[in-house]
Amino acid sequence: MGIRTLVGMLVAALAVIGLLATQTSYSLFLPGLLQGALLTIEIAVLGSVLAVVMGVLAALARLYGAAPLRWLATVYVEIFRGTSALVQLFWLFFVLPQFGLLMDAFTVAVLALGLNVGAYGSEVVRGAILAVAPGQWEASIALNMSRAQMLRRIILPQAFVAMIPPWGNLFIELLKSTALVSLITLTDLAFKAQQMNQSTLKTVPIFTLVLLIYLVMSLAITIGMRFLEQRASAGLSRGRAA
Amino acid sequence: MWDWSFALEILPTLASAAIITIEATLIGFVIAALLGLALALVRIAIPWTAWPISVLVELIRSTPLLIQIFFLYFVFPKFGVVLDAFTAGVIAIGLHYAAYCSEVYRAGFDNIPRGQWEASIALNLPQWATFRDIIIPQVIPPIVPALGNYLVALFKETPLLSAIAVLELMQTAKIIGSDTFRYTEPMTLVGLFFLVMSLVSAALIRILERLLNRRTPR
Repeated sequence: MGIRTLVGMLVAALAVIGLLATQTSYSLFLPGLLQGALLTIEIAVLGSVLAVVMGVLAALARLYGAAPLRWLATVYVEIFRGTSALVQLFWLFFVLPQFGLLMDAFTVAVLALGLNVGAYGSEVVRGAILAVAPGQWEASIALNMSRAQMLRRIILPQAFVAMIPPWGNLFIELLKSTALVSLITLTDLAFKAQQMNQSTLKTVPIFTLVLLIYLVMSLAITIGMRFLEQRASAGLSRGRAA
Repeated sequence: MWDWSFALEILPTLASAAIITIEATLIGFVIAALLGLALALVRIAIPWTAWPISVLVELIRSTPLLIQIFFLYFVFPKFGVVLDAFTAGVIAIGLHYAAYCSEVYRAGFDNIPRGQWEASIALNLPQWATFRDIIIPQVIPPIVPALGNYLVALFKETPLLSAIAVLELMQTAKIIGSDTFRYTEPMTLVGLFFLVMSLVSAALIRILERLLNRRTPR
């Protein structure tokens, strides 16, 4: 979808929310839902930071680490990609305390989502690094750069551009997965929705608003990542034209 | 910490719940694959639907599946359609992944050389026959791996059904946990089940990919 359509959808979604807010049957729920949305955003942002850190670390470990490190990173990626996010969330929430490791629900949520998306992200980072043209590697070797210099100055800046669109998709996946944290007692947007639904049984207005709020957040991520992509790929001969 | 006899004791219960999980996966994926194809076909056959369909797909893909499951489960009864939890949940999962699958099919259709369409017109084939005999047989093989990945992704989303109390694997594990106050064994076994199934299906997809590539050289 073009960036214009996306912005159009964002404006339309906000307009629909504004329009619905003029009716009491909807505006009644808005403050509570927005409060929940705030927690959703907090978890999504912290989770994304953790995911990027884990993704980069795991990718570098798999590409350049010593054998035990490489092995560890592979196990991490396979385990977190092979099981569901909900299973990981519940496992961290219910099983770790039995080993004496107590964490509050918020920490568990950020950890589980960040580690889960980080595992997918490591494949993105790895793919992007490997996709840098071989000539770039050879030239860096010819210029007698150390591996760290090569990565920092030549490879990663180019890989970064290729990483932006898939990371955008992963951030949206992460945002959507935050709905799961409602199942471990956190009062995020999904939890508020369920709570209000149970007490008022006004299912249609509540869930319509919730879907719209999630839509606005996803669209904001998509549009933001598109802009970042345009900025990052300016002046490069490869990738989508700015 | 880890009690083998307890793990063995709950294994049969979990195994029967795993069947529900697999059922939900298969039915959900059939809905997703067929509806996704239908969406992609309608988009091509009736050009003015392209925009509304792409907005619909974007809507479905940018909101959480959990909310969509709740929405279907709680909203349908308001319109007099009472669905049991399993049906509502599987329909929600199927719809969600149909949106993803329709994009896969669309990419598949875009990859068909224009000459194939033009030759079909030149041979005076009706549109239906063109799709059935010329286009779709060429579309499907290259996109099998992508569809397979969505099958695995869908499989891993089925624990969400526990939120509307479908007695699948996750819900069963939770019930065992709250009955016995032992979460370690049921949760770990569920995790292992998903891990093994995902690894096996990933391997199967790779084999299938190789087989299909052999049949349709490029």
